This record gives sequence, C-alpha cells and structure tokens, in this order.
Amino acid sequence: MGEILGLLGAGLLQALEPLNFSMIVLGVILGLLVGALPGLGSVNGVAILLPITFLVPPTAAIMFLAAIYYGAMYGGAISSITLGIPGASTAVATVFDGRPLAVSGKADKALTAAAVASFIGGTISVILFTLFAPPLAEFALKFGPAEEFSLMVLAFATFIGLGGDDIPKTIFSILIGLVLAAIGLDIISGQPRMIFGDISGFMHGINFLVLAIGIYGIGEMLWTLEQTKGQVTAHNVKLSLKEIIKDIKDVKEYIGTTTLGSVLGYFVGTLPAAGATPASLMSYGLAKTFSKEPETFGTGNVSGVAAPEAANNAASTGSMLPMITLGIPGSPTTAILLGGMIIWGLRPGPLLFTEHPDFVWGLIGSLYVANLVTLVINLLFIPLFVKILTLPFTILAPTIYILCVVGGYAPTQTMHDVWLMFLFGVVGYLLRKLDYPVAPAVLAIVLGPLAERSMRQSLISSQGDPLIFFERPISLTCILIAVALILVPVYQKYKRRKNANKSEPEAES
Amino acid sequence: MTVKTAELVMAIVLALCSIGLMIKSAELNITWIEGRGPGSGAWPFWLSAGMLLCCLLTLYRWIRRITPESRNTDLYMTRETVVIVGTSAGAILFLLAATHLIGLYFSLMLFLLFYIKYVGRHSWALTMALTIGIPVFIFCLFEWALKIPLPKSITEPLFYPIYDLMYS
Amino acid sequence: MNVFKLKRIAITAIVATVSLGMFAGAAQAEWSPKKPVEFIIMAGTGGGADQIARLLQGLIEKKDLSPRPFIPINKPGGSGGEALRYLKDKAGDDHVVLVTLNSFYTTPIIQKGLGVDPKTFTPIGRMALDTFLLWVHDDMKDITSLDSYVKAVKSKGKSWKVGGTGSGQEDSILTAMMEKEFGYEVTYIPFPGGGTVAKNLIGKHIDSTVNNPAEQNEFYRAGKSKPLVQFTGERMAAYPDVPTAKELGVDIEYYMQRSINGPPGMSKEAQEWYINLFKTLYESEEWQKFCVEDGLDCTEWVAGDDLAEFHSTAIKAHEELIESVGAAAITGE
Repeated sequence: MGEILGLLGAGLLQALEPLNFSMIVLGVILGLLVGALPGLGSVNGVAILLPITFLVPPTAAIMFLAAIYYGAMYGGAISSITLGIPGASTAVATVFDGRPLAVSGKADKALTAAAVASFIGGTISVILFTLFAPPLAEFALKFGPAEEFSLMVLAFATFIGLGGDDIPKTIFSILIGLVLAAIGLDIISGQPRMIFGDISGFMHGINFLVLAIGIYGIGEMLWTLEQTKGQVTAHNVKLSLKEIIKDIKDVKEYIGTTTLGSVLGYFVGTLPAAGATPASLMSYGLAKTFSKEPETFGTGNVSGVAAPEAANNAASTGSMLPMITLGIPGSPTTAILLGGMIIWGLRPGPLLFTEHPDFVWGLIGSLYVANLVTLVINLLFIPLFVKILTLPFTILAPTIYILCVVGGYAPTQTMHDVWLMFLFGVVGYLLRKLDYPVAPAVLAIVLGPLAERSMRQSLISSQGDPLIFFERPISLTCILIAVALILVPVYQKYKRRKNANKSEPEAES
Repeated sequence: MTVKTAELVMAIVLALCSIGLMIKSAELNITWIEGRGPGSGAWPFWLSAGMLLCCLLTLYRWIRRITPESRNTDLYMTRETVVIVGTSAGAILFLLAATHLIGLYFSLMLFLLFYIKYVGRHSWALTMALTIGIPVFIFCLFEWALKIPLPKSITEPLFYPIYDLMYS
Repeated sequence: MNVFKLKRIAITAIVATVSLGMFAGAAQAEWSPKKPVEFIIMAGTGGGADQIARLLQGLIEKKDLSPRPFIPINKPGGSGGEALRYLKDKAGDDHVVLVTLNSFYTTPIIQKGLGVDPKTFTPIGRMALDTFLLWVHDDMKDITSLDSYVKAVKSKGKSWKVGGTGSGQEDSILTAMMEKEFGYEVTYIPFPGGGTVAKNLIGKHIDSTVNNPAEQNEFYRAGKSKPLVQFTGERMAAYPDVPTAKELGVDIEYYMQRSINGPPGMSKEAQEWYINLFKTLYESEEWQKFCVEDGLDCTEWVAGDDLAEFHSTAIKAHEELIESVGAAAITGE
C-alpha cells in the first residue's frame, strides 16, 4: 500500500510538471470540442492527433492522448444534451433524459449533472485502477467468448424496460437494430453478408453513428418541427455562477446511482471488447430499474443523465487497464493509444508495470489531474453551451442538419453512409409518429455485433453445445442476474397495471 | 391518410421488408451446423423472422383495435406538417444530391442560403455572414484541424491554392 | 440569389488568379501531391496495418517529406474487399495509396464476386515481411516441440481449439495448411484482431494459435506463452532457439507482406515520387528500429516492377494454397 502511494505521488508530481500539465489542459479542451461534434468522437481525436505526439516525450504524449480521450467523454454529453444528437455511442443513453431536460429549459441542470457525475465516475475508477490493477487484469483474462455473450445478455436485460408500452413494436425495434448490425462481413465465416445490390458501401456494415445521427439528429429535428409547427421559440435561459453552484449542490439527488454507475462502468470497461457503451447503457438501465420513480426516466430525470455519464467515464479509465497490462485495447480509442505506445517504442503487456513504472504511474497520475481539469473547464463552458439553445430555430436547425451530414460522413468518409443516415432519419420519424420506439434499435445496433460473435465463438468452441453458457461460473452468474433484471420490471408493470387498470395510454399526434 | 390507415400500411410495409431481409440472409447458410452452431446467415434470418412475427402481431392488434393508433382517425400528416417537414427533408435531399455534383462546400452555401433567407427570413447581412461563415468554419475545422477531407467533386481544383496556403 | 452569384464569381476569379500564379511556379518541378493523400488501410484501427500506416504518416510529417499530408482512412469492410473495390474505382487517381496485408491476395480469390484483380494495381514498395510462429500456453508442460504438439492435438481431435484472426486471414490459411500436412482436424475460432487472440490464449479459452511475434512477444517475455516452431526460411534473430518448420522436415514457409500500392493506372511520375518517398522512409532509422522490435523482416527493399513480380508469384501461390486446402476448410461451412 505504502509502495503504491509512493509511486502514485511520483506520478502525480510528474503530471503536474509544466509541459505535462499544459499537454493535459490542451488535450482536455481538444477532446471536449471533438467529442461535442456529432460523428466525431475520441477515436477521431486521438487518431488525428497521434502524429503530433512524436514531437514530445512518450509520457507527455500519452497524457495528452488520455486527456483527449477523457475530454471527449465529457464532450459527448454536451451534444447529447444541447443538440439531442449522441456524439458517440458512449453518449446514447445520455440523450434519453438529457434532451428532455434541455427542451424543458433545464439544460444547465443536465450539463452540470453530466459534468459532476463524470468527475465522480472518473475519480472512483482511477482510485480502483490505482489499487486493483493487477488482480483485475487477471480477472479480465477469465472473460472468454461465453462470458462476453452472457454479459451482452445482461446488457440487453438492463434496458428491457426502456421500450414503450407497445411490446410488439418494442421487440420489432430491437430486432431491426440487430439485423442492421449483421450487415457487412461475417467474421466467423469470413463471408460478406447482406450486401444489398452489391454496393460496396454495405461491406463495412452499418456504423452505429449512421443510425444514431439519422434518428436523433434528423428524425428528432423533423419531429420537433412538426410538434411546434415550425414556431419553435428560443429557450430563455438565464445563467449565473450562483445557478451553477446550486446545480452542483443537487448532486445528492443522484449520488447513489452515480456511485453504482461508476463501479459498474469501471468493471465493464476493464473487460476487453466490452468498453464504455455497454457500460453506460447498463448503468442507465440499472438506475431506472432501481429508481423509486422509474416512469420519470426518459422524460427528464437528472439521474438518467448522471448514471450513464458516470459509467462511461469510469469505463474509459477501465478500458486502459487491459491495454496497459495485456496489450489489448478495450475500446477503439485505446486501440489507437496502443498503436501510439508501440510507435513510441513502449510495449504494453504484463511487464510494462515493472519495466516502465514512471510511464505507467505518470499516466495514472495524469488521470487524476485530467479529471479535475475537465470538471473545471466544463463548468466554465456550461453557460456557453446553454447559449446554443437560445439561437433562433431557423439558424439552429440548418446548423444541426449540416453537423449531421458532416458527422455522418466523417467516420467512414463515404457518401453512402450519409444517404443511409438521411433514410434512417426520415423512416425513424415516420415510425415514431406511429409510436414505434426508436431507442431500442439504436442500442441493439451497438451491442448486436458483439452479441452474435461471442455467441457463435462460444458455440464453436463447445462444438455446438449451448450448455457452455451455463457451465461456466461467471457466465452463469451474468445470466441469472439478467433473468432477475427482466423479471423486476415485468413484475412492477404487472403491479402498476393492477393498481391503475382504467388509465389508458394516450395516442400521440 | 389517417393514423389508422398509416398504422396498417406501415405494418404491411415492414412485414414485406422483413420478408425481404429473410430472403437476403437466406443466401447464406441459415441452418444449425452440427458441432459448430448456427451458420452465417442464421442470425439475421431468424431475427428477421422475429420482425415479421412482430409485424403480424401489430396487424392482429390493428384488426382487434387494441393499439391506440388503430382507433385514431386523425390525419397521419396534416397539410401543414407535410409542408414544414417536407421543406426540411427536401432541403437535405438537395444538399446531398448537390454534394455529388458540386461538392459539399458549395452545396452547403446553397442550402444555408435557402434555409436562412427563404425559410428563416433573416436579414441579408446575417444570411451572407452565415452562408459564407459556416462553410469556412467547417473547412477550417475538418480539412485543416482534423485532416478529414470532405467531398469536393468537380470543385476540387478550386481548393488547390488553398492547400498551397495551408501547407506552405 | 444575385448577390450570392456575384460573390461566387468573385471568389472563383480570385482563386483562378492565385492558382495560375502557383501553377507557373510549379510547372518545371517534378510531380508532387497537390492535395492531401488518402492513405487507405485495408484493416481496422489498432491492428498491424493500422499501426504501420500511422507510424509512416507520423514520420512523413516529422521529416517533412511531403508537401501535403497523408491521411489514414480505415476501410476494413469485407476482409479488405471494400478497400480494394474503393481503389479500383479510384483508377487513375494519383492521390490514393493502400497499405496491404495478405488479404490483398486472398480476398479476391475467396470472394469471387468482388471483381478486383490486385495485379492491375500500381506497385510502389514493400515495407516489410511479417512472420508467424506457433504458440501454446506456457502451462502446457508436456508440449515442448512440434512432435509433442502434433501428438497432443491428435489425441484431442476436434476439441483442440485454435484461435485466429478470422476465416480467410493468414493464420487460418496456415492452420489449414497444418491440418493438411499432419492429417488432423482442429476447431478454428475466429476473433477480431491478433491482440484478442493472444489474450484468449493466455486466458486458456483456446489451446494454440498462429500469431505474429508482435502480438505474443510480451506474453512470451513474461513467461506466459511459448513458441514451438517458426514458419520462416531461417531462424529469426529474436528467436534463436525456436526451430523452423523446414528444419523439422515440414515444408511450410509463410510470410505476410506489408506493402504500399496505388490504384490501377496511377501516372508514372506519381508512382516514381511515391517510390522515392517510401524508400526514404524504409531506410530511416525509425522504421528499421520498428521492424526489429516488431519482429518484422526488413532486409530487402522491393519496389515498382520487382514488387509487381513478387505480387504475381504470391497470388499464384495463394491460389494453389486455397485450392489445395479447399475454400471450405477456410470458411468452415
């Protein structure tokens, strides 16, 4: 313990050196901006800025890139809340309650909650990282395909309650998301799958962002236009430092879900292949399941913003663990960080901790510092972000459309994806008018590929015996929790229906 | 078209799409392979089958008038909605089509001009400032800072001198 | 509308004047890129090809070798099929280059409908040859050599699990070659990327794997995994005690090339410029150091027509290989 504290102290001092500290501040600001743009996430930020890091020593470079990663996680929440478009898959769950809060004029509350929850999530996970890195790395190794699949089942179970009242339509939405996720290459057999009309754009599959930006960007905009008949009034937000301090004090409303989300996020993040997206979704689902007023989720509950934000920041720290100790990226962004480390001549792996302690502890120290820097910068920027919402609608709308178009183009750099995004936006809007929930489809397309792959890998390794999922202790535990999670909302719904039998769901539009 | 009819039409269209997806995924092996688990087409095939089932259930619920939509005789899209939503969707459609012809940047200008001046009825000064300013901002951000080239199509040569300035 | 038009004409006029001036100055110089160069990677982010592309991009920037930046773009779709199709559609474009792996050869053979012939692409330079070794977990104490490995696999039969990076990828071909050579059958489980395979070997979710040195080396150094045999012509400097398959009388030798290629019909001047550029990079200290650390073979620079010849020999070899082991053995269906 004493040894760890000594190393950590040295790491913190290293992170506070002038060059390193300025790299962290710069990284956080850049990350915040990249993350706030729909379509661009930490992956783009880190990939684009990687070459710059050849100019500084590796420790400063990794701190810079880690700060970008961190800042982008916060940034994702900004576009989710103010524009209603998830900037990255990790911020999807933030839209569910962040957007309604912003629309009802409480954007500052949502943004503060996101910032504070992210800070808590980040801090808890760095502490866990500091104390339990080696044993957790061992645990991560125990996760094979069967465990990954049951984790996916668990993730689906946590958001079973997210759909609407119409069960066939909710299931349809989940299924279409899963089918869309299957387009592209089947990695198990190496064959192209469902390439419609032999268009090569389908070969890379349907990027989650294409669907999310289409539905939440374009679809949501069309929906807003219809609801308001084009007469959208600008939100009148007055914001002072006092307000923000008051918002920060509201932390007690969501401290419980935030802590739960942080711990959960960290553990899910440490598992290779899982990463921050399932972590944030599971955290949201759990917050809703265990809430005293689950029906307010999706209509603007602050806990619904705090839970996923705490989890995705915690997971982003967590996903550095398999990268550093095993040399395996836990997320696409860490994959690029890993490439960077190799280019700088550092070999991530079981020996990195002992052979390059100053690098590892410098990175850990920088995470503590980056966390605090991000919180401060974020809170300072909140009034500016809230201003976006006061723009006249006829200026905000075309700007959002343009952000959607370039955001749909940037990840794969094909017009094919932009067209698909437009199509999804219009179809999503038409479906939404008929009370088809769209969120489950977006979630399914994120988790679908991992679910299918891990299921088939497990079945191949057990030679077709499905019992593999129940024979392994970790896998069985996940499945049992999943079953419990499915039964809880079903029971709650049943109870509520019994209590209020007469009230009927209202028709929309 | 009323919401009621729209619900019926949508369920039928989605059912047909599900069948289409089933046919498409049946191009690959959709059976259980002994000792290996499901074939490569099985996952999308059976999920599409599930989609079809959901559509049939929605149809059943429509016939039995269970869903609120199946009892709703309001217009699915009022004339006003068609105009408002159609303008936006049409403008984006134009933006995408024009990008293939004259590249993104000039299409953006036309799009902004239309939206801000014609739809928004803002002053010429503001319109011009945004029409020029936003594409320039996007250019600086994407091409210069993020190094992501956006499509330029035939207007590409116009950008060579800008590259000369940027990278010299 | 009028004001807009005027503005646009004015811009065009300014742009035209400026570009004329530039053009006059650049006319006598040799070819060099006029806009950012698309650096297409036929694999996903974080893999070997991606690392190479990003390292090269960084070096180009650091050494200021190109007047325009290189922009890495990942097109991993369809085992590289999407990247190949993209390059084919870009025929004649001087501002696109592709970083390849062996799916450059295998994908067009396996995916018959792709309609891409890699021989038509413009060869630029071969940056490295990547090597393969057979690895097992260090805890498998009774497996110490290829012989004991084959015996162990034969006794377990289909329940022996070999991990790899995907059907149709290099290691699946090597696995199929070994199955044919030794007359056993194993279960091949695909994973996304060599790093994940390595982790699954260390976590004992698979029994053995054919990995690149870069992916296993750290676990080897930590005493968690051990190499049994290398599929190279001669023993690598990094693994002096590991026999090659040839020494043991097994005729399997296999490499993965990492080369740079342009689209079909790239202009001669552009090709020459890229060859010079990548030759400078190849000879740079940084690149050679990277090769040594990553277990890559960077002893011979092959460029232009020589690379074309290398490609066509390799394509023929892969056609024969895939035919002899059967496409079904690779896809598993």
